[in-house]
Amino acid sequence: MAKATVPIVDIRDVSKVFKLQDRSITALSGANLSITKGEFICLIGASGCGKSTLLRIMAGFDQPTSGEALMWGKPITGPDPGRGMVFQDYALFPWLSVRDNIGFGPAARRLSTAEVKATVDKFIDLVGLQKFATAYPHQLSGGMKQRVAIARVLANDAELVLMDEPFGALDAMTRERLQDELLEIWERTKLTVVFVTHSVEEAIFLAGRVVVMTPGPGRIESDNVLELARPRDVASPEFNDIRRVLGAKLHSHHSKVASAPSSAV
Amino acid sequence: MTSWRRLKPTALALIVPLLLLAFWQVATVNRWTLLIPTPYQVGEYMVDFAVGGIYDDAYSGTLLTHLLASMSRVYGGFALAASFALPIGLLIGRLPVARMLLDPFLQIMRPIPVTAWLPLSMILFGLGAKSAFALVCLGAFYPILLNTIFGVRAVDPKLFEAASMLGCRGNAQFYKVVLPAAVPSIFTGLRLGLGLAWFVIVVGEMTGVPQGLGAVIMDGRTLSRTELVICGMIVIGVAGYLSDRVVVALGNRLLRWSPNHHG
Ligand SMILES: Nc1ncnc2c1ncn2[C@@H]1O[C@H](COP(=O)(O)OP(=O)(O)OP(=O)(O)O)[C@@H](O)[C@H]1O
Ligand SMILES: [Mg+2]
Repeated sequence: MAKATVPIVDIRDVSKVFKLQDRSITALSGANLSITKGEFICLIGASGCGKSTLLRIMAGFDQPTSGEALMWGKPITGPDPGRGMVFQDYALFPWLSVRDNIGFGPAARRLSTAEVKATVDKFIDLVGLQKFATAYPHQLSGGMKQRVAIARVLANDAELVLMDEPFGALDAMTRERLQDELLEIWERTKLTVVFVTHSVEEAIFLAGRVVVMTPGPGRIESDNVLELARPRDVASPEFNDIRRVLGAKLHSHHSKVASAPSSAV
Repeated sequence: MTSWRRLKPTALALIVPLLLLAFWQVATVNRWTLLIPTPYQVGEYMVDFAVGGIYDDAYSGTLLTHLLASMSRVYGGFALAASFALPIGLLIGRLPVARMLLDPFLQIMRPIPVTAWLPLSMILFGLGAKSAFALVCLGAFYPILLNTIFGVRAVDPKLFEAASMLGCRGNAQFYKVVLPAAVPSIFTGLRLGLGLAWFVIVVGEMTGVPQGLGAVIMDGRTLSRTELVICGMIVIGVAGYLSDRVVVALGNRLLRWSPNHHG
């Protein structure tokens, strides 16, 4: 089978149940999602609907309780440099400079010193942090830290980038700049991106496809392909039409929640 | 204005010692106590202790000898403690089996003060330098151990996930994540340990060693020469302080990356 017809990620009927001492929580129930290489997908949904859980399963940090998660048709059994996660709280190595954070993956892959240096230079340029190459993470602003986190994943040749509310902690202006930069990188590198956000607006601005999830228990409510031309104008009527439709889907569970008491089993 | 800002910390730091000195002066001059010499007498004796030429007794000009003897025990005992506490701390922090095996035992041993070990230590290691080493080592052991365990256990779990998704797994994570993440805590342990090594030096040198600041203080007590005792105390205080400043300066260089490590 040619690679093009195999999805880069295939989530088949995946459920995840967390067992606590006195009860268990169904974080994700029967999720199906097939992602084609090069897509930009946003996951949106209320808090607790299983977005992070789904992302962590794709990353290989967690295993599904039932169903299967495949990358290029093979089960995802653990974390892998091919799939990079960008965490909301950055998770940079505080003892390493910007350079060494970005070079961490290439060095772990045992590239030669010269290759590591070349890779680091390339990605420091890409995220515009040349002036901060020798700074430590605590000396950077949130936006700069998130640029390092993105560069760190890209420097590792990740073809799938998983981002869990990466811009959630940033101010509005920094967030908009990073959104633009991320789109530019995505268009240039043909990455596949799965991006979790709380913001409908952010999802519509970024995504080719918006997956709406609902809680109680966490499920995929709908899968929406966006045909809007890029660059997108958040003030356009088309943008607002989509915002209204997705907003309605996002809140559709409220009526159901009234009858279905809780996600706890 | 700017020079005052520069001098302010020093000026503030001097207030309490100077008040104490004044009180000491007043108390001794007015003979509130007859057993404590005046600050001037102690100062004079300190000069004699350091370079001789005033009283010319058995202790004249011997400061350096005693200081070096104590320093060798402090740093030797400290190094010995670190060489045990670091690996044991890493083991307990990383391996649940090691923790279950050693932690309860060490928790019971920890509250026993170094002073209480003095008689046993003299039986086990004999009178003299070996005992002093052992006691100083014991004093420095626990802070290094506990801070190492804490540092190793307190690593942000996200960093392990970040490392493994970047291709660094298994044992490599120990060197690339656990150790560097634990360095600030280990450093704090070493600093506290060295401080305690100075703190217990007198007890360590109660074991019948001929030289050392602790030995001088014990001699001063037996001979009722309080000025000798006070000189020994001052030298220990100053030496311990300088030793700590060196460690802090090292730490500031080594831990530039750490936001909460600028002592
Ligand atoms: N490790 C865990 N142990 C127990 N329960 C968990 C664990 N991780 C997630 N959960 C539970 O699973 C459910 C889904 O959590 P998840 O973090 O995936 O939601 P989310 O959509 O990312 O929410 P948010 O928008 O707040 O980040 C929640 O009820 C959460 O409490
Ligand atoms: Mg989440």
